[in-house]
Amino acid sequence: MGKLKTAFSKNLKQFVMLIALVVIIVLFQLMTNGTLLKPMNVFNLINQNAYVVVLAVGMLVCILTGGNIDLSVGSVVAFVGACAGTFMITWKWDPYLSTLLCLVIGIMIGAWHGFWIAYVRIPAFIVTLSGQLIFRGLTLIVLKGLTLSPFPRAFMGLSTGAIGNFLNFLDPGTGLRNFTSLVIGIILAVVMVALQLKQRADRKRKGYSYEGLAATLLRALVIAAALTYFFWLLANYTGAPVVLIAVGIVLVAYSYLTSKTVMGRHLYAVGGNEKAARLSGVKTDKIKFLAYVNMSFMAALAGLIFSARLQSSSPQAGTGFELDAIGACFIGGASAYGGIGTVGGTLIGALIMGVLNNGMSIMGISIDVQQVVKGLVLLAAVAFDVISKQKISLPFIQKLLARRRIKA
Amino acid sequence: MMAEALLEMRAITKEFPGVKALDNVNLTVQEGEIHAIVGENGAGKSTLMNVLSGIYPFGSYEGDIFFDGQECRFLNIKDSERLGIVIIHQELALVPFLSIGENLFLGNEQTGFGGINWDLTYQKAEKHMLEVGLNESSRTLIKDIGVGKQQLVEIAKALAKNVRLLILDEPTSALNDEDSLNLLNLLKKFRRERGITSIIISHKLNEIAYVADKITILRDGGTIETLDNMGSSVPESRIIKGMVGREMVDRFPKRVPHIGEKTLEIDHWTVYHPLFTERKVVDNVSINVRKGEVVGIAGLIGAGRTELCQSVFGKVYGAKISGVVKKDGVPLELGSAAEAIAHGFAYITEDRKGDGLVLTNFISHNITLSRLELVSKRGVIDKDKERQAAEDYREKLSIRTPDVEQFVGNLSGGNQQKVLVGKWMFSLPDIMMLDEPTRGVDVGAKYEIYTIINHLVGEGKAVLMISSELPELLGMCDRIYVMVEGKIVGELPRAQATQEIIMDMIMQASKGEQKTWAN
Repeated sequence: MGKLKTAFSKNLKQFVMLIALVVIIVLFQLMTNGTLLKPMNVFNLINQNAYVVVLAVGMLVCILTGGNIDLSVGSVVAFVGACAGTFMITWKWDPYLSTLLCLVIGIMIGAWHGFWIAYVRIPAFIVTLSGQLIFRGLTLIVLKGLTLSPFPRAFMGLSTGAIGNFLNFLDPGTGLRNFTSLVIGIILAVVMVALQLKQRADRKRKGYSYEGLAATLLRALVIAAALTYFFWLLANYTGAPVVLIAVGIVLVAYSYLTSKTVMGRHLYAVGGNEKAARLSGVKTDKIKFLAYVNMSFMAALAGLIFSARLQSSSPQAGTGFELDAIGACFIGGASAYGGIGTVGGTLIGALIMGVLNNGMSIMGISIDVQQVVKGLVLLAAVAFDVISKQKISLPFIQKLLARRRIKA
Repeated sequence: MMAEALLEMRAITKEFPGVKALDNVNLTVQEGEIHAIVGENGAGKSTLMNVLSGIYPFGSYEGDIFFDGQECRFLNIKDSERLGIVIIHQELALVPFLSIGENLFLGNEQTGFGGINWDLTYQKAEKHMLEVGLNESSRTLIKDIGVGKQQLVEIAKALAKNVRLLILDEPTSALNDEDSLNLLNLLKKFRRERGITSIIISHKLNEIAYVADKITILRDGGTIETLDNMGSSVPESRIIKGMVGREMVDRFPKRVPHIGEKTLEIDHWTVYHPLFTERKVVDNVSINVRKGEVVGIAGLIGAGRTELCQSVFGKVYGAKISGVVKKDGVPLELGSAAEAIAHGFAYITEDRKGDGLVLTNFISHNITLSRLELVSKRGVIDKDKERQAAEDYREKLSIRTPDVEQFVGNLSGGNQQKVLVGKWMFSLPDIMMLDEPTRGVDVGAKYEIYTIINHLVGEGKAVLMISSELPELLGMCDRIYVMVEGKIVGELPRAQATQEIIMDMIMQASKGEQKTWAN
């Protein structure tokens, strides 16, 4: 029980946010009379939010280096979309080559930002604010204010449509539209449970602190059930969206990078105490530079996904995306001072934002009210974080209590 | 007789979630005395003072406080300050970019018709500055004066609030011996001339013995005893015994030196200030350290000792650096901390929270940070190896924690310092530069750190040590350099070094510098 408690308190914020996500899902499921979790809506939900997850993971890396945010990502999304449109639609270039070229453009934009931030030491806030203006302007110049469409089919396959039902011959007669999706879901669920159990066994074998078998099993089974249910829902519609592959790769790769590599450790160290990191031989400038290169690379990826979904390059694409990404990180437990935050938490944060958006839209709540609600959720999440860190509880509440006692 | 007591705290108990920080503590302070409170880190000294000053409001603790015979129920600092109880914290609460005068009346602004009366503010400020012997213009910015003078500003600030009971939490921890003495004499003067009562919390027992009339010892959240120190009659060993609960025979562990070849040589090393590039901070310094030797650098704060070490350590400090650093006779070009580490250098900073540790990271992650390549392969960290290494150092240095996967920020000061030392031992250096290795650490932990240092030189490593506590240098070093205003002004072998000789060297060399001595 004691072990469970410490595990909880270590991940308190994420645990609470996970529960909040479940509560929000259940709430909207009820309020939308079951529309939220209808297969078609889940499919759309993923397509609508894939780019947020990608951007948020990139943003997390920046925030880890010291609470630095990138305000330019919305404009970079639009600019890369505009480049993609120009290459493929106007100039009729090969879609694969164009995609690659767009990612390279993303890296170059990142290097531009990173140079000013890391080596000239201009605050990230200012450099990326300038980037927001520059790349929005360049988008308008490239597109001459017009919208380009449609993209070639090969490119749109990147993010629209579902993974093909190539395992249909195995279907024992479930009546699902895409049996393959269910198989994918079950495989992922089994892998997940196996990994959780292996990790626990490893810790036990090596004599580290480990949680009780019941706790591990319970958590593994809940995750497995959620995964299976999720893919079963998709199997009832056209199947798992193709974009899930890209998102999945990003999540796994960055979880690994942040938790298992030297590079990841340096990110946390720079954000936690930059001076200490530098005195420990960490190349802090390089780390910051790379964080911003990575951010714009992710923005380029998100730009491609987004244009493929819209099937067009629009001058106004991506407006306000940076706020969704930043919000997702902070809701997911990243510290505004840097050095604290996880990819898992960021995913939860992005999902909370996504479900809020989608649920409120289904209910027909107007955009203005939606913004108020999202703003309040962001504030509540960060306030919770700040308050739970003040171990002695809020001084002013204590004072209030003290006043009461004197009167009594 | 009870009527004479200015302050009486009765049966104070304060609990934090899971910890009883104070358990039935009693403290009586008579009017016009200097009362010292001593105890190891975590004994509850600061908590007790926070209860007294209202930082922990009435209702959050049990017990009663009587000041001047009146029962007090403070809800915040304002309440206690209104009665003349002023606390000066270890970390000074001054705003660097405001002037001395502005700081003196911060939160207590001298307002007249239509806003702040600046003439009155500065006039009053100068008066209080004179009282504490602070020889500066009241319009000088705080950032432009040294720590010693900043401490005086804090005291002047207390005077501006009509202080009756002055509480000083570790007032001399950042001061050198000269400034410390100055401060203690000031307290004595206040008591003599104005009847101001003081409570002083300090780890420096010689200062306590010098200044205190009464000494109250706390241990593990409880009062152990109150000693009468009229005429400085209590020996230091007696205080230590009360603090640690056992007799400590030696302050410094014994070591038989085995001194070998010269390993570190610094020749004609000159460093300029990174911002004011005309100012020399290290001036043509030539020193050396042998294998298995502990070499100390004595000097006042601002003498350039930290700057010397930091500039040698991969030029992380300074501009226009010239001179040669040789290791085992080979000149090295160390352009970054990473290169210095790769060549077997380690620099343990004086400011563990500021630039030593990443408080939001695990103990294990801190220990491996400077040489992650030792526990990783192709950029991927082997978590088992890392944990093993951390466990290893936890054991070697007896870092008190249930788990190495615990945030460093949750440890006590002494244990954090041990993590910092462990971190640099992990990097397997040949030359360790220790900058104030025992700052803010209690007697027991100090002894442990000294033992570690002895162990390191026993392995043939070379140690260069900066300390502002002369007894520490005298107790630990084989050789001592004396540094004044960026220059090395003397070198003493252990046998010849005494506090008097070193202080005399410093005084002789710094003649002509303006002094701000009271008394």
